Amino acid sequence: MNEQLPWITLAALGAYHGLNPGMGWLFAVALGLQEGSRSAVARAFGPIALGHAASVAAVVVLVGALQTAIDATLIRYAGGAVLLAFGLYKLLWPLSHPRWVGMRVGSRDLASWSFLMATAHGAGLMLIPVLVKLPEQVASQTDHATQMQHAAHMQHTAMAMSAIDISGPALMAVGLHTIAMFSVMGVLALVVYEKVGLAMLRRAWLNLDRVWAGALIGAGAITIAL
Amino acid sequence: MATWTPDPTFYPSATMAMGAQREKLAYVVVLHPNGNGERRPDALAVLDLDSESPTYGQAVSRLDFPYTGDELHHFGWNACSSALCPTMPHPHLERRYLLVPGLRSSRMYVVDTKPDPKQPRLIKTIEPDEVHAKSGYSRLHTVHCGPDAIYVNALGRPDGEGPGGILTLDHRTFDVKGRWEKDRGPQHLAYDFTWHLTQDVMITSEWGTPNMVEDGVNPELLLGGKYGHQLHVWDIRTRRHLQTLDLGPEQQMVLELRPAHDPNKSYGFAGVVTSLKDLSASIWLWYRDGQGIAVKKVIEIPAEPADPALLPPIIQGFGAVPPLLTDINLSLDDRYLYASSWATGEFQQYDVTDPFNPKKTGSVRLGGIVSRAAHPKRGDLNGGPQMVEISRDGKRIYVTNSLYSAWDAQFYPDGIRGWAVKLEAEPEGGMRLDPDFFVDFGEDRPHQIRLQGGDASSDFFCYTNGKTH
Repeated sequence: MNEQLPWITLAALGAYHGLNPGMGWLFAVALGLQEGSRSAVARAFGPIALGHAASVAAVVVLVGALQTAIDATLIRYAGGAVLLAFGLYKLLWPLSHPRWVGMRVGSRDLASWSFLMATAHGAGLMLIPVLVKLPEQVASQTDHATQMQHAAHMQHTAMAMSAIDISGPALMAVGLHTIAMFSVMGVLALVVYEKVGLAMLRRAWLNLDRVWAGALIGAGAITIAL
Repeated sequence: MATWTPDPTFYPSATMAMGAQREKLAYVVVLHPNGNGERRPDALAVLDLDSESPTYGQAVSRLDFPYTGDELHHFGWNACSSALCPTMPHPHLERRYLLVPGLRSSRMYVVDTKPDPKQPRLIKTIEPDEVHAKSGYSRLHTVHCGPDAIYVNALGRPDGEGPGGILTLDHRTFDVKGRWEKDRGPQHLAYDFTWHLTQDVMITSEWGTPNMVEDGVNPELLLGGKYGHQLHVWDIRTRRHLQTLDLGPEQQMVLELRPAHDPNKSYGFAGVVTSLKDLSASIWLWYRDGQGIAVKKVIEIPAEPADPALLPPIIQGFGAVPPLLTDINLSLDDRYLYASSWATGEFQQYDVTDPFNPKKTGSVRLGGIVSRAAHPKRGDLNGGPQMVEISRDGKRIYVTNSLYSAWDAQFYPDGIRGWAVKLEAEPEGGMRLDPDFFVDFGEDRPHQIRLQGGDASSDFFCYTNGKTH
């Protein structure tokens, strides 16, 4: 269960971002309403998911690169501190957000918008606790599998090895997160567009920003403490 | 200020907003004309519109502002249904604050309507110096709640010359963010502004610079065709001027803009005060034509011949009363357009289901320079219908009678006793005056009315009516 937890968390985070109207599905529905076509709704999914994935991947790549050069403990503290600071910022200035006006958007604009919104939301940051844990997991797995063979080299190349070895899982992390987001966003957008309509927004659009800010802070604390 | 669920007065589409509960209150700005050497501040009055209430139809409270000489005129909410627009939504911001600008003073008051909507409180005053320093603009006119900020426009610069234009305020702190335009092109005059938000289009209209309007209508400028006669089209994303739509210099003062509320419709109505050719007033339709916007006259309201002895000096030479169309408003279903002819005293309703071919469906006379048409509850009225506001369900229309202090004096030299009346719209066309509703403001001059929770001209929508159930 411990080994599955990071993956479950990744998928859950993706699903959460897919649920959030401000991060994709509502824009897709709006574009569909403008053109009066379901395909306009669906055409938005790809660019939105791509922009989101890019934002998440940026954090993954950054953390991965730092892990080759910097001690794992330092990364853990720095990552946790960034999470804490960002969460506090979101808590104290809840209505700050990047400015984007303009609904006449092509695919590239839509992907940029999604990248911007995901970054402002701290989408990739939430992966830090997982990314910080991944090298240990991977290292322990390779240990079991190849202990005899690599024992001599481990000491010299431990950090380099862990960087190379987690690129695969890191890619899977981004992939799983994005697939979860894409699926939830897609289902929600189409159900709202085809069946439910936007009237539900008036009651169902919960202000989860405070909860999210709390989650960021919690994640920061966990990253530092564990 | 942030809530757990969206503000209940935010609606995704205009048709949904039509189902909103009936208004119980209205806010009205009231001008003290400061004649006879007295100096009293302008105020925000609260009207009771709850038909069950013992104080129905009365002004139940009044917030006096701390300065004199503001000339309150238009005002608007800090947030509205545009907060649901998808690109940067903030649905948990409350519609709560009224931004009330001084048209002469360039001061901006921030009024809190909570916790008690009947007792609004002044919580912040933005001084003209701050407006000037951060935007370069002066003479604040109209406020609209945009999806990303509070938008305000101004008639000109501190020295009273142009250009006029738009500035924005932060919708959380009310700080002046600055000038909106990046490239204004040939635009010089300003008056009203509006959006087709889903099409990234803004439209602005024209009156005159502060120096052209503040001391009254200048007949030389008017007969020279110098007051505004153009509409401007802008790109919201790049903040650049795209197109000028010139109605011709004989069309003087193109003022109020009312776009279709359904974002899938690319048209709207603009009112022109008077034509130099025949003193008629007119309403023009702007509409999408290929890649750009075109404009066409769709309603004309003729002048009414009159005995010069009955006319104020400014129009005596014409021997006729020009209608002077000063305000229009469009119901949320984009079906009925209302028009106030302030000088002739005629208030009209048009069915604009086909916007290119409006059909006149109602006419009520109230006041007017010559007609002084009576109200059942009051008798002879002076002034004429001016500011008009429509309830969200389209069933009730409220009208006040003062225009702008310097101009009030030119067309109604006897002075204007302020009043507010109510009309009821028939479902299939037509309207009747409510004989029992009459708010007497005495020497004070009521101007714009805003209905609690929003009305037909306060909100902008990003979702079309059709599929939103």
